[in-house]
Amino acid sequence: MGRLGGALMSEFEPKIVAFVCNWCTYAGADLTGTSRIKYASNVKIVRFPCTGRIDFMLLLKAFAEGADGIIVSGCHPNDCHYTSGNFHARRRWVIFRGLLNFMGIDVNRIQFSWVSAAEGAKWADVVNGTVTTIRELGPYTEYRKAADYLVQQDKSIIDGQEALIKSVSSL
Amino acid sequence: MEDVLIEKKPAIAGNSFSGELQKTANELLQSGEVELFIGYEEGTRFPRPCFIASTDEVGKLIFDDRCTGNLAVYLTRKDLIGDKKVGITASYFALRSILRLLTEHQIQLDKLVVLTVSAEKEVIRFATTDDITAYLQTAPIPVREDDKALIEKLNAMSREERWEFWSAELSKCFKCYACRAACPMCYCTKCIVEENRPQWIQPWASTLANIEWHINRAMHMTGRCADCGACGAACPLGLPIHLLSHQIVQEVTDNFALDVNQAVSGDNALSTFKPEDKENFIK
Repeated sequence: MGRLGGALMSEFEPKIVAFVCNWCTYAGADLTGTSRIKYASNVKIVRFPCTGRIDFMLLLKAFAEGADGIIVSGCHPNDCHYTSGNFHARRRWVIFRGLLNFMGIDVNRIQFSWVSAAEGAKWADVVNGTVTTIRELGPYTEYRKAADYLVQQDKSIIDGQEALIKSVSSL
Repeated sequence: MEDVLIEKKPAIAGNSFSGELQKTANELLQSGEVELFIGYEEGTRFPRPCFIASTDEVGKLIFDDRCTGNLAVYLTRKDLIGDKKVGITASYFALRSILRLLTEHQIQLDKLVVLTVSAEKEVIRFATTDDITAYLQTAPIPVREDDKALIEKLNAMSREERWEFWSAELSKCFKCYACRAACPMCYCTKCIVEENRPQWIQPWASTLANIEWHINRAMHMTGRCADCGACGAACPLGLPIHLLSHQIVQEVTDNFALDVNQAVSGDNALSTFKPEDKENFIK
């Protein structure tokens, strides 16, 4: 997938990654489909056993790799398949969100929600709402600038290695 | 230059409360109650840690307001202390770290003599964790004025300005991991940055990898950080990275109604929960 860095605002199609739990939101998203509810196609769903399994690093990786927005969604409190995974996740997100905001990372690009297996229509609303918000916010080039530095470094390392191989093989 | 350094004599018995501390350390070592005493001695610019195994050396022990480094970091260093019984002069923040290390079963109180010097210049010896907790609640918390000013400055900034600030600051980090080495809570034998299956954080120092490292470091401190600022003080570039863990302390206090003294002596803030925990962003 190419990045959308150069795209004009009017053409901007946000890339959204959704981290969802298997038991509620994934099933809910399935219901959205079987109910034939139309919703924005900008979202790529990643299925996890539980919201408690969603490491905060995955969110950072999503932003670094080109996501403009993120959805994190799982079972409503007291509905967790594993009893308490979502309660643990909630504590983690409270802290993580606070830290990101303090560091100036745009927390408005991360939508947290509870979507049950019966809430197919709510899932469509969550996705559509997030796409609208991110469309207004524009591409998240700010964070990717930090990531692109890495790409440039990669390139210079590879160039350096190629030059080294060339010089060695010409000996 | 060298002459100047050599001439600088350690502050000894003339200083009355160092004198009392030295007396206590002397007794502990002489009676064999401790085999190693961890304290501060006069350094070239600041007091520095010293490790005393014989009574001949107790004369160099000092303890004053400048002794802010967190000596608790050495308590988990098996290569340094082995099975020895250890005495330590703990600053206010080091006492918090000791509480946390006890909670996490990393150290044992029966192998440890914890001392501090109170504001009244009294040497206090703690027998139980309750004593430490009680002291922490009554003793004045040392304030770092320059941190307060920077936090106020950051809080007055817009989000974009904060990002500008932190990405510029953290781009300078060259991943020496002095922050990790200085932290009593970073005792893992394998850190996430050494993990390469998968490689969560790229090992080289680039802006993104530095940001990811410092977010991880701060997140792993949740409910454990003593807010001592040793990470920031250890940074050779003087990056204010201790404000990240300070922010975490703040978040735990604000959101889970646990002040830092409660958090360090209780169950881990992120592996416990309350069904009634509040947030305002999950829709």
